[in-house]
Parts: sequence; C-alpha cells; structure tokens
Amino acid sequence: MQTKSSFGLARIVPAIVLLLLAVVPFAASYLEQPFYLTFFGRIIIYAIAATALNLALGYGGLVSLGHSLFMGLGSYSVAIAAFHEVDSGLAHLAITIVVCALVGLVTGAISLRTSGIAFIMITLAFAQMGYFVFVSLKQYGGDDGITIASTSKLAGLDLGNTMTVYVVAFTVLLALLLWMARLRISPFGMVLRGARENARRINAVGLPSKRYQLLAYVMSSVLCGIAGVLLANLNAFASPSTMSWMISGELIVMVVLGGLGSVFGPLLGVLAFLGIEEVLKAYTEHWMAVFGPLIVMVALMGKAGIIGVLEKFDGRRKRGAATATAATAAQPVAQAKESAA
Amino acid sequence: MSLSLILSQLLNGLQFGVLLFLLAAGLTLVFGIMSFVNLAHGSLYMLGAYFAATAYNHTESFTFAVVAALAGCIVVGMLLERIAVSRLYGRDHLDHVLATFGMMMFFNEMARIIWGVQPYFLPVPEMLSGTVDLLGISYPAYRFAIIVVGLIVAVGAHLLMHKTRLGMLIRAGSVNPQMVGALGVNIKLLNAFLFGLGAALAGLAGVMSGPILSVQVGMGEPVLITTLVVIVIGGIGSVSGAFYAALIVGIVDTMGRAFLPTLLRDMMSREAANAAGPALASMLIYILMAVVLALRPQGLFPARRT
Repeated sequence: MQTKSSFGLARIVPAIVLLLLAVVPFAASYLEQPFYLTFFGRIIIYAIAATALNLALGYGGLVSLGHSLFMGLGSYSVAIAAFHEVDSGLAHLAITIVVCALVGLVTGAISLRTSGIAFIMITLAFAQMGYFVFVSLKQYGGDDGITIASTSKLAGLDLGNTMTVYVVAFTVLLALLLWMARLRISPFGMVLRGARENARRINAVGLPSKRYQLLAYVMSSVLCGIAGVLLANLNAFASPSTMSWMISGELIVMVVLGGLGSVFGPLLGVLAFLGIEEVLKAYTEHWMAVFGPLIVMVALMGKAGIIGVLEKFDGRRKRGAATATAATAAQPVAQAKESAA
Repeated sequence: MSLSLILSQLLNGLQFGVLLFLLAAGLTLVFGIMSFVNLAHGSLYMLGAYFAATAYNHTESFTFAVVAALAGCIVVGMLLERIAVSRLYGRDHLDHVLATFGMMMFFNEMARIIWGVQPYFLPVPEMLSGTVDLLGISYPAYRFAIIVVGLIVAVGAHLLMHKTRLGMLIRAGSVNPQMVGALGVNIKLLNAFLFGLGAALAGLAGVMSGPILSVQVGMGEPVLITTLVVIVIGGIGSVSGAFYAALIVGIVDTMGRAFLPTLLRDMMSREAANAAGPALASMLIYILMAVVLALRPQGLFPARRT
C-alpha cells in the first residue's frame, strides 16, 4: 500500500501545498484580497476536520456519516459560551474537548456494537439527533443559527481576527499532520489499521480491536470539534446546518477524493473539493450538476484518491527506471535464445 | 385529547407509514440482494413527483401522471443501474455512499435546472377530493386511498416474494447470488429488474405524496433518511420487516409530533416543555433506531438467511 519513495510526487505535492498555504496571508495582504484569507482559512479548517475523520474512516475503517455532529458541537461550544459572555478561548476549547469526548464515547460505544451499513446509519442517526436539538434551541437562534459577538481569546490572541485564526488553524493543521504521520506507524496505528483489515486476527493476537476503534473514534470526534471551534471563529457564526448530514457526506467525499488512510490525502482532498467548487461556481450556478458526476467517477475509480494517483506515478517512474536497466541486461539472453532456435 | 383526534392521527401515521413502506421496500430489496446502499433513492422519489406534476400539467389527468411517474422512474432507474450502479455491486459500502451521494447532488441540480426553484403543485384527483366516514370521524378520501394503495402493494410484494418463481429467485439471490448465477439465471438482468422495481415504487411514493406535500428540489432527502431508519429498524433486506417497521416509524413519528409536546407540558414546566417537546418529537424515530440497534443490531425482523 505504502510506497517507500522518499522523494516522490506523493511527498512533494503536499509539501508544496503546505508551503503555498503558508504564503497565503502575505499574498492576500499584498494583493489586498482578504477573500483569499477567508477562503484558504476555510480550506485549512476543513482539512483539519477531514484529517480527523480520516483517523476513524481511513485508519480505523469506520464509515461515519455523522462527523458533522462534532464540528457542530465545536461551533456551538464557542457560540453558546460567547452568548453567556464567556470569551476565554481556553474555556471554549475545554468545553469542546469534554463535550465531544463524552458524546463521542457514548455514540461510539453504541455505534460500534454494529458494523457495516448499520454503523453508517446509526452514526447518521446520532448526527440527526444533534441537528434537531440545536434547531429547537430557540434561545440560541434555532434553525437560523447564532452570531458570535465575542470570539475566542486565546493566550493574548483574538481569534476573531481572520489573520490570527488563519495562523492558529495552520499551526493546528501542521501539528495534526505531523501527529497523524507518527500515529500511522505507531503501535496504536498499526493495531487500528490491522483491525480494519481483519478484526478477528487482531482479537486473536489478544488485542481488543473494538477498544482501539472506540479510542480512534473519540479522538477523531474531539479533533473534529476543534475544527468546529476554529470554523465558528472564522465565520463568527454557528448554525445547526453545520451538523446536517450533507456536511458529513462532503467530509467523506473530501477524504476519499484525497486518498483514504494516507497522511496528506485529506488535505489534498479538501483543496480539490473546495477548489473545484469555487472554479465551477465561477462558470455556472449549477455547479453541482457537474460536481455530482465527478464524485460518481471518483467512486467508480476506487479509493486511492489523489495521493494514490501520485503514488502510482512515482511507482511507474521508479519501475520505468528499473525495467530499463533490466531490459538492457535481458537483451543478450533473448538474442542467444533466438540464435539457438 | 379526544378519541377521534387520536384516531385521525393514528390514520395519518398509518398513511405516512405506507408511504415509507413503498420507499423502504425498494431500498431494502436492492440492499438485501445486491448489498447496495442507495442514497439516490430519495432522488427517484423526487423525480417521480416531478414527472407526475409535469404530466398532469400537460394532460390534466391523474392517471397519466401516475403512468408518467412510474415509467419515468423505471427508465431513470434502469439507466442508473446500467451506467454506474452495476459496476459497484462488488465494492464496499463506502463506494456506494460516495457514488450515490454524487448522484443525489446531480439529480437535485438537474431538477433545479429543468423545473426551477418554485415548488410545483399536484392537485388531489377529483374522484378522491371528498372525505370518508370512518368509525365516526371524517377522513380525507385521498389519504385513505394512499393507505389502501400501500396495503395493496404490500400484499402484492408478499405474493411476489413468496408465491412466484421470480420471488424465489430474488430470495435465493439474496442468500447466494453466485450460486443462482451458476444455475443459469441471468443475475445481471435480475439485478437491473430489481433496481427498476425499486425505482418504480419510489416513483409511486412520489406521485402519491405530491398532492400532500409541495413538489420541490430536495424533497427526497428528509424522507430518504427516515426510510433508512425504517429499513435499519426492520432488518436490512427483509421486505416484511420493512413493512412492520414502516408502520411503526410512521405512527411513532406522527403521534409523537402530535401529542408529545402537550404530554410534556403536563409533566414539566411550560418553558422547558416548549423547548424539549418539538426537539424530542423530531428525534423520536432516531432514538427508537438507536435503541433497536443497541439491543438488536440485526433489526427487529431480520431476513431469514437459512
């Protein structure tokens, strides 16, 4: 699955993307286009959420169609706290972590009793429940959502400032990617990926696969919640529509589009998804009529995603070099055979 | 809370239940036999309603509207099966979710392009515009007709599944498609037929709910989610399970929305009840599903696999 190339496109492209994301704030202020900062800020935040989902979906093989619930919970942790005049970022973060961990633990424990399609459906059901709870909370805006008057203040930074939230989100993304790369090959990650392939074997080795999966589910819930906190600060707005199952679906599309179970796949997937959306929107308001079939094609092609395509390209180049040397070596033999015949 | 009110809400629940059954039967057939998760099923329901509304606007005949919806949905369903779905049968659920999510986006946008954002209206057929007297309450004839049609389809589905050769093949195919194929049955054709049948049932549900709801883009999604709840509660792949679960979900949802807020008002402070009532009512079926799955992961009436 994993090519061991140290300097293939599969490494270079994500590095370039991260570099470009680091340059965006400078470019945006130089070009006086604050729109870019918001747009790429959104990409970074969705990349955090997609990477978090990838921990459950890609590493753990848990197809959760309800992860938007945790993004929504993160957003409302900021909105409701701010409504009650709590603007400490630490408090917001603490609320998100506690709430998402608890909700993730309870829903995860129930969902993991099932598998396959039932797991997909039950995660969806929990997200729907959350959605209806927040739609009916009229004092917090109901289905109109709620504007956040005072954004998170964290260690002397005001996340209400687009530039600040961008830099913070970018830092979080970098740390998360680093951690995901370590996690992937850590014993925990190995067990998780093993359980995805064959849970019975993992159990037979004496490792409780469900408990590993539950832990992955809870961690991914909390990380999604943190993405929600950042999103609420970027938009200065929280809405139950963040919890709608369409958002969960989009997150899954982003992860698969980029490359399921890879470290940088979700980032590339989010960039491609939101990028294509933006480009198509420039041409037609009916962009979904084009985008829908594109998603169908991605599904038909399999789950390797963008990272998979890059890796394939790397592999071919390497093999190309290898077969070229092999061919020259094999030539005399073939000639010898021919002459013998 | 008078008895007649309860009775009429019960009938509303029954009517919603049989509509859900029409959708759930198609979805569960396709899932049970091809193990295919079809999130685009709600789109077929929406298309059915649009086809019917368009046909009605041109011919002013409800019969034509029904025919157009059924024919249109069968054609779209078979085409979908041919172009994309049949290539995905052997793959895992994630691919199905992805592909049908894309289809859903496509159909919603196409409906917006073709029919615009304004909702369409499909009138109640004249013959059924009156009311029926039933156990002392007068109930709209059209809603009553939906219940009757739904029950006829349920009986028809039961007969098809258990009394015909085709039904036998369908049941056999759900257990071991390779074996059925090896015995010389054209399994590809069977799959395409089943997908078409599911699409036709979705279309039928679309026409019938047309006069009750307004026909508009995105009408398929909420009902799709409810239908998924139904098939999960009923036990995936089981048509009779879908029938019972559809009735349970229909009645629980309708009764919950009608009576839960008032019931809560008797039990707690008015303010808390006003906040919790509607939320709890709309969450009721999801809570039901979570409880069912937590206790019986295979559903209440699982398909027999022996």
